[in-house]
Amino acid sequence: MEIAAKLGQLALGLGAFALVVTVILLLAGRFNGPKADRRLAWLFLAPTVLGLAVAVVYPALRTVYESLFDAHGAQFVGLDNYVSIFSSAEQLHVLRNTAIWVLLSPLAATAIGLVYAVLVDRSRFESFAKALVFLPMAISFVGASIIWKFVYEYRPDLPGVSQIGLLNQILVTLGGTPQQWLINAPLNTLLLVVVMIWIQAGFAMTVLSAAIKEIPVEIIESAQLDGVTGIGLFRNITLPSIRPTIVVVLTTIAIWTLKVFDIVRTMTGGQFDTSVVANEFYTQSFRSDNQGLGSTLAVLLFVLVLPVILYNIRQLRRWGA
Amino acid sequence: MQAISERSATARKRLSSPIASLATVVIAVLWSLPTAGLLVTSFRPQADIQRTGWWTATSFTLDNYRQVLESQTSGRSLSQAFVNSVVITLPSVLAPLAIALIAAYALAWIDFKGRDLLFVLIFALQIVPIQVTLIPLLNLYVDAGLAGTYWPVWISHTVYSLPLAIFLLHNFMRGLPKELVEAARVDGAGHVQIFLRVLAPLLVPAVAAFGIFQFLWVWNDLLVALTFANTPGTNPMTVALANLAGSRGSAWYLLSAAAFVSMLLPLIVFLSMQRFFVRGLLAGSVKG
Repeated sequence: MEIAAKLGQLALGLGAFALVVTVILLLAGRFNGPKADRRLAWLFLAPTVLGLAVAVVYPALRTVYESLFDAHGAQFVGLDNYVSIFSSAEQLHVLRNTAIWVLLSPLAATAIGLVYAVLVDRSRFESFAKALVFLPMAISFVGASIIWKFVYEYRPDLPGVSQIGLLNQILVTLGGTPQQWLINAPLNTLLLVVVMIWIQAGFAMTVLSAAIKEIPVEIIESAQLDGVTGIGLFRNITLPSIRPTIVVVLTTIAIWTLKVFDIVRTMTGGQFDTSVVANEFYTQSFRSDNQGLGSTLAVLLFVLVLPVILYNIRQLRRWGA
Repeated sequence: MQAISERSATARKRLSSPIASLATVVIAVLWSLPTAGLLVTSFRPQADIQRTGWWTATSFTLDNYRQVLESQTSGRSLSQAFVNSVVITLPSVLAPLAIALIAAYALAWIDFKGRDLLFVLIFALQIVPIQVTLIPLLNLYVDAGLAGTYWPVWISHTVYSLPLAIFLLHNFMRGLPKELVEAARVDGAGHVQIFLRVLAPLLVPAVAAFGIFQFLWVWNDLLVALTFANTPGTNPMTVALANLAGSRGSAWYLLSAAAFVSMLLPLIVFLSMQRFFVRGLLAGSVKG
């Protein structure tokens, strides 16, 4: 498609969406009588209800149904797909990797974000220092993966060949031999988690920094009068005051971590024993054409995410109150 | 004032302790050096990139950028993908805004039976991971003959974002003073006039926060695009970049330049609208 044709498509798409909303507003202006309000409300909600029913509710139920069928969706197999997720060696590795991701990345990102937020708080270069760490949030997971893949890049350990990846260069400078970082399990999974930590630390830092600044001055003042400073102040005053925020940050990053597949797909494609549930879902559904197993992995993802989200919403409510 | 300056004095004291300053510098360096390395690489001649580390760079060129934008890497140049990203993103940000605004208005300001239940149901759909919907939805698009057009990716992004958008806008509208709407009603204004004349101007901050969040979400998305816009004619830059990493994973002269072309717009948006961005991010923390 030429650029002009693409822009034509764009105009058409924008026009169609605008037309729908305009027609709704025009129709709404004509309503009168005792039931006008009620009809108007449903008219305003019609695109939302229709869209969510067709594009979210129906497909989600359909996926649950498909998870009870074989690879081609032809033969009913009951819970066989669920059994194979928890019994085949390959799928168990996927579960193990997912557990590593979801434990490590929220904890490390939150810890680093918190330490950094405290360290740069009220320093002269605070906003610049924060922007440095927050910047990765604006980058796509694909972009971040490419940035880190280059850090891990490997060149054979031969005379006359120099390393172009930063990590191997550091290793060589320290007297070690270069490693194929992304191939050697289980270290490669940890190196992929690093990318997620790198992205999410900025989120943790921003939210926690805002919470730290909201601690009432009087509390800090009276603690200082009692002679509490430095690490004591952090442990006895700062940490308890922002505990609810820390919980929300941890759970939020855990939810993102469970769903992220871009990093694994871009860096290793799930090879070398690095796959996680979200990536395995994609591989089984679109590469291996195993519709049943793919659907089952999607349902599993839902089941894993559900308790964390419910907990998170409860915390957010309490936080808002 | 006293307390604040004291507090900053403690902060400075803490920073001046060598371990604390060291930790700050180490984190700052770890968080910027990888990006800086790839940025430097994107301006180096192809032969240099393959031979030596970017930290030894001496000569620079724009050739890599010229190549990714002009040449036909994996069938399409990156400029095509850039246009696709723009064409995908604009409606995927504006359509959910318009649809969510009228829905949130109905839920916030019109009394009708079942309103609270409907609001809870819409909000609850936020918890469904999009992976659960992808394959049946893709089949629906194929049956409707929409495969290969932008419609599947537009519609999907729009619908996926509705629960969050409605939740945010509804809460914001409920926070506005009731008297505004009631006074307008007494003056004989209908719901459409109230919506357009009274409320719309007040909604700017909420619209901006959601708009920026949604822009970055759509622009940086890989999964939805890979599923619904994976033809050479429609794929956005994230897909082009991921394909390039898969097919030419060691062509760093292409990968580095392509990565930075794809990051350009989000970085500009981020640097110029950081405040809204953070607000949108906080609000959207359970999305996806």
